[in-house]
Amino acid sequence: MGDLTNISGNLLYVSFFTYLLATFFFGGTIRDKKKGKSKVAGNIGITITIVGFLTQLGYFFTRWVASGHAPVSNLFEYTTFFGMMLVFAFIILYFIYRVDLLGLFALPIALLLIAFASMFPTEISPLVPSLQSHWLYIHVTTASLGQGILSISFVAGLIFLIRQIDQTKRSKHTFWLEFVLYIIAVTIAFIVLSSVFSAMNYETVFEAPVEGQPAEITYEMPAIAGPSEGRVLTEGATGPLFEAPQWMRGEDAAKKLNTFLWAVLGGLVLYWSARLIFKKRIAAIIQPLLKKVNPELVDEVSYRAVAIGFPVFTLGALIFAMIWAQQAWDRFWGWDPKEVWALITFFFYAAYLHLRLSRGWQGMKSAWLAVGGFGIIMFNLIAVNLIISGLHSYA
Amino acid sequence: MNEITCECGHVNPEGTVLCESCGKPVEENQHIDGNDQKELLNMRYDGSARRSQTYNRTAVDKVWNFFSSVKVGVWLIFITLIASAIGTIFPQEVFIPGNVDPATHYRDQYGIPGQIYYQLGFHDLFSSWWYMLLIAMIGISIVIASIDRFFPLYKTLKKQKPKRHELFMKKQRIYGQTVAENIDADRFKENLKKRRFKVYEQDGHILAEKNRFARWGPYVNHIGLIIFLLGALLRFIPAFYVDEFIWVREGETALIAGTEGEFYIENKAFTLETYNMDDPEDAKFKEAIEKQGGPIPKTFRTDAVVYERTNSGVPGAEPELDVFKEGAATMNNPLKFDDYALYQASYQLNEFKEMTFKIHDKDDEDTNYGEFTVDLSNPQSTYELDGGYRVEVANYFPDYEMEDGQPVSVSKYPKNPAFVFNLYPPGENDPETSFLGIGANIDAGGDNQYKLGLAGFDVRDVTGLTVKKDHTLGIISLGGAIFMIGVIQGMYWNHRRIWLQPRKDGVWLAGHTNKNWYALRMDIEKAIADTNIEAPKDQYEMKS
Repeated sequence: MGDLTNISGNLLYVSFFTYLLATFFFGGTIRDKKKGKSKVAGNIGITITIVGFLTQLGYFFTRWVASGHAPVSNLFEYTTFFGMMLVFAFIILYFIYRVDLLGLFALPIALLLIAFASMFPTEISPLVPSLQSHWLYIHVTTASLGQGILSISFVAGLIFLIRQIDQTKRSKHTFWLEFVLYIIAVTIAFIVLSSVFSAMNYETVFEAPVEGQPAEITYEMPAIAGPSEGRVLTEGATGPLFEAPQWMRGEDAAKKLNTFLWAVLGGLVLYWSARLIFKKRIAAIIQPLLKKVNPELVDEVSYRAVAIGFPVFTLGALIFAMIWAQQAWDRFWGWDPKEVWALITFFFYAAYLHLRLSRGWQGMKSAWLAVGGFGIIMFNLIAVNLIISGLHSYA
Repeated sequence: MNEITCECGHVNPEGTVLCESCGKPVEENQHIDGNDQKELLNMRYDGSARRSQTYNRTAVDKVWNFFSSVKVGVWLIFITLIASAIGTIFPQEVFIPGNVDPATHYRDQYGIPGQIYYQLGFHDLFSSWWYMLLIAMIGISIVIASIDRFFPLYKTLKKQKPKRHELFMKKQRIYGQTVAENIDADRFKENLKKRRFKVYEQDGHILAEKNRFARWGPYVNHIGLIIFLLGALLRFIPAFYVDEFIWVREGETALIAGTEGEFYIENKAFTLETYNMDDPEDAKFKEAIEKQGGPIPKTFRTDAVVYERTNSGVPGAEPELDVFKEGAATMNNPLKFDDYALYQASYQLNEFKEMTFKIHDKDDEDTNYGEFTVDLSNPQSTYELDGGYRVEVANYFPDYEMEDGQPVSVSKYPKNPAFVFNLYPPGENDPETSFLGIGANIDAGGDNQYKLGLAGFDVRDVTGLTVKKDHTLGIISLGGAIFMIGVIQGMYWNHRRIWLQPRKDGVWLAGHTNKNWYALRMDIEKAIADTNIEAPKDQYEMKS
């Protein structure tokens, strides 16, 4: 069994680098178009993407065999699967619209998701009784596919915004677009810092009261914010710059705050070094590369992704979820935070569709909504799991 | 009714924006859909006469117009969305521990923000009257907006004729003129039919249409939503919905609450299995189990027998029970019987069942003057022992704790039993009083000659089962299914129309779809192949 787990892990690595390679080919399409109608780079790009997708499917099924259950049962497994579904959704929309540059943005987002997932415990874990149901993979995979397709709407919306927003003057648009790009920088910073400190085997152990009982808390990153009333146990470790506020009571609350601070600061460093080197807004650096993109087509891709993804999401994240909840917890709806955020996602995209179809919100407004929708999806994935806990806290 | 007669001869109802038959803009009504001379026609509901856009005099009109507005609908959705998000900031009241007072819990756990949260009622947001009101308003909005639009749109699409007004053609997003003599209209029709268009013809004017049913998608999904909401509403009627909770001890037969005295359950055994990394089958989880630090549960199961009471008509009589069903409830697999289902919802391990005490000399534990066994769920008031000793249960605390130096029971379940015993040695009238609990054996008077000691005990597990009867599930599922059909119908198919109008020197071509213009252009491209018709232009200009 151990061998299969290793094979599975290696397949995931291979698919990661395959996606990375495909990204470069999609990058190559920027030049391609300038020369003429040649489609070579795009065709190679999509072929490699499909190879990567199949490899990741290989990871998925070998891990399924190794663990005996569908590998969508914790944050690592779910997020890698989400990345895979995003790639799958990209492949579908690529074959409908053939927009090469979609790959240049969709694949990096998928790469970030997979890398982000790997920062969490990756070992195969057993299923608690409530998860032992076929609905685990029916519900989770459909919900994730829906989210993947909806994410393509964000990718297309982002391309639209970078292409269309007037960079000659400061505006609310330029500010918020930079903010979105900064969030991406924060994600990169989190991945890089986590990997570096983990490679260094960095550890500081604190003793701090948790729920009134003294407990040992191990930091894997140098402490900026230490636990409230904590004492450093590790010899030679530098103490925290300050203590986390007292109301952060959970065992890992202060540790999460610390990681968050590192990511925010790392993101600032990344973002501002890029900005100072180029002496331009990040979006303004990218904008010239997108000149050949047809904004109306990208707007339609963004909308179409919602049109395709919304029913899939509703089916997976609400209807299948309700059927399962009825079986496992004797009620189909219980206002658990994850459920509520799935409902919020549903409401949001329902509003998107009404605004677009009945009130003519297209182009810029629509693109901003697509960005907001992705924000909600990511909030449900990350914040609801790590900050607001609930019945879904396993993942 | 001020009917509008169009120049094509068709009589339109009041409030029509585009003639139902030929599409000619009705001049005095163009403001309704915001059409002007320069821009393309607003084709949203095909310019049909909607009540909400036509009348605004009476109070009924005003209410109708409020709820039929999409703008209002989106605002309702948006407010509900924000409210729901606020509802997840802190745990809802149902998720906090049952034995704490919410009034202080939120303040203690989350400080001032927690107290504000509690005082504003966000701790019970999802059953608050105003949240219900929001959902109800969304429901009303769905009904009224759908009725307002569906019927006029249905009629208009039914009455449309291939012969279109010039202005209608020119003001379509997809529009093109071809000046040529040898236009192959038959080929055009053939091509369209190959693309699965229905082709209608009137004096050489052609209308090709496909997937009109996609236009009904929104109305179908709204019907589904309404059925869903009505199903949820039915839960307030007791005949449709039972939701009870029972604790059943191993070996015990208990009445199943919510079944009106009809059914009883015997808990044969409750089983809790955990993952064991020494078991070859679970060895793959070794790393995760070690990291967890504690046992990870694998199964919760209650093996049970359900009995039906056969003499339920006789009040006061001892129930006579017949086996109705034998089976097991595990998580994800409720035990179903009759209209009811039992869900494995909770458990309590090792609850005390019996305790056996022996009487011995205070200073010598090896002496034994007699033993007695107390059934903790039903203790006797006195126990007569063979040697003439008599023990009186002066006080019983099933789940004792010390509070201000006094023993109290915090629950009625024997989790931590304690007793005050009065021991009457043979022939004595003055008892020796002692207090006995787990880890406590107190001589109340201080001069006792005898002592009571715990000789043994017996434990058993308790299973917690939810009893459910839910006749609304069928309705709710039906609503969900209709919603999905409607959403798919509206999203995965698009209503497309192509018009061809013969002119003196050639043809005009126009096209419209409710979504997915890219695919419409592809359809047109295929349709005009080898017909000498020129590709039309997309007249749409993105504003930003």
